[in-house]
Amino acid sequence: MAAAAAGGGQTVGRSSFSRAAAPHVASSSTAAGVKLGPNGAAFVSSGIPDLDRILGGGFLIGSVVMIMEDSDGPHHLLLLRSFMAQGVVHKQPLLFAGPMKEPRLFLGTLPAVASSKEDGRQRGMGAGTSSDGRASDEALRIAWQYKKYFGEEKTSHAELRDNKQEFSNDFDLRKPLERHLLNAQNIECVSTQEGDTLGVLQDQKMVEMRMLDGLLYNHSDWDMVSFIRSLKAMVRTSNAVAVITFPNTVLSSSFCKRWQHLADTLLSIKAIPDEDKELAKLLTGYQDMVGFLHVHKVAQTNSQVPVILEASTFSLKLRKRRSLVLERLNQAPVDGSGGPSVAASGSCSSSSQASQLDF
Amino acid sequence: MEEYGGGDLLSEAMGYGARVVMVEDRVEAPGAFALHLLLKRALAGGGAAALLALAQPFSHYDRVLRKMGCNLSLHRKSGAKGGAISDSFVRLYGDIQRAMDASRTGDNTGRFTLMIDDASLLEVAASGSVDDVLDFLHYCVTLTSEVNCSLVFLIHEDIYSSEEGVGLLLHLRYIADLVIRAAPLSTGLAADVHGQLSVVNNYTFREQRPKAQRIWNFHFRVKENGADFFYPGSRH
Repeated sequence: MAAAAAGGGQTVGRSSFSRAAAPHVASSSTAAGVKLGPNGAAFVSSGIPDLDRILGGGFLIGSVVMIMEDSDGPHHLLLLRSFMAQGVVHKQPLLFAGPMKEPRLFLGTLPAVASSKEDGRQRGMGAGTSSDGRASDEALRIAWQYKKYFGEEKTSHAELRDNKQEFSNDFDLRKPLERHLLNAQNIECVSTQEGDTLGVLQDQKMVEMRMLDGLLYNHSDWDMVSFIRSLKAMVRTSNAVAVITFPNTVLSSSFCKRWQHLADTLLSIKAIPDEDKELAKLLTGYQDMVGFLHVHKVAQTNSQVPVILEASTFSLKLRKRRSLVLERLNQAPVDGSGGPSVAASGSCSSSSQASQLDF
Repeated sequence: MEEYGGGDLLSEAMGYGARVVMVEDRVEAPGAFALHLLLKRALAGGGAAALLALAQPFSHYDRVLRKMGCNLSLHRKSGAKGGAISDSFVRLYGDIQRAMDASRTGDNTGRFTLMIDDASLLEVAASGSVDDVLDFLHYCVTLTSEVNCSLVFLIHEDIYSSEEGVGLLLHLRYIADLVIRAAPLSTGLAADVHGQLSVVNNYTFREQRPKAQRIWNFHFRVKENGADFFYPGSRH
């Protein structure tokens, strides 16, 4: 886009530079599913629009994303599935390695794209009802909840939707991904139970691909760290993103730290127990929450400045049991009344929870 | 280390003359910025440096230092040692010596700095053999006492906090003249203060100037073109 020329008569300050294309326009000319950002960064979507937003664009290409989960919670698989499904939708080559015997079967669990019409209507309605519901309560609201009215909620969902559908999709976790999409795809699956998987994975040519890793059981700790280091070097020089999930109970604490230092983006998920009466009292909307997501590190290109997020802990929810949303945790006021909970189908971006959890 | 471009709290704490500098960091408070700053200062004033880059590709350092006003490509000698580390530490040491000799020719005034990012990855490259890593580092330390050379390395302190692996960290703390430790604030994350830095200066202590301040504690904030150092609460 050329810089706006000052009116014909005033050519005093005419510059020979032209402004660089704004990111959202450029994305249509690059590969599908890749968004450009400042500083030469390029992102692919994680499959969860909220997470993309939190991380400032998505997963950085050339970075290693690590997702830790304590004990054997299954929620990291939700993130993996969304990531893989997003890759399939954008027709990007995929490599999946997991500890199961038939890793190809995992593909059957990938979610389908949520039908946008239904979703769009939902969002439009959601914003409407929540503002209606809120109007009557506004007089009663205490000042501390003002945060809800600012921030993400203000952006019009309608205009963002077009851009968003290109870059990241909502996934309907109840429906499996269409077969034909999977078959037409360059997807490799590797089972880490068979012998020398480290060698196999290192031989793969990776260009514009997503890669996922399950936990590798049969190799020494040092081999695995070394592998991750080589993987990181490989991913850096190619158009790839590596997403690695592991339960941090399997690694010793010192190796766990080594892995964490190697990660460019580090997330951890904590499962919320199903029947915790304490938590049910503290958190409204507890039934929908499946876990907490904590962001430890966010990848940066070519910069030494760390990324400090406004909030780093989010609740992971299954909205209407179909799509994953991440919401900020809000602190309740001192009187602990908890606040009235807004309609369950409320706005998808700002948190409607009153929480007494200190963080 | 010569303190060109100093004049801030860090150069004051580091003083003059330390040959072996150890930078410790944690996941919550990465210390690479200190390496970048020391590299920039090492190259200023006609010095030369060899960077053993295990953690990031050369382009990363190039771009980061460019924002700090230092053009690494100009200073770059052939054979940047990034990517896959050589199998043999002996060979690596030979490379370092050659690089150092190459920088010696003609110009004798500049100081040579060997920078390692990072020592924990050296251990990974050695498949956990702490002895090999220590031998290699000891050789590098002898270089500093023979010629006008200094050694700066980064190590991740939180990896060694359990009983099993403390050996390497403690040993290196002992041989270091200067230990710069980056840690997160106990109050958590903040946009204005990225962490706290503690500098333990054994060098001035050993030089038998016991009145000189040995331990420094202050806060830091990392910027694109460097870092700010300030005492707690002294920023507006």
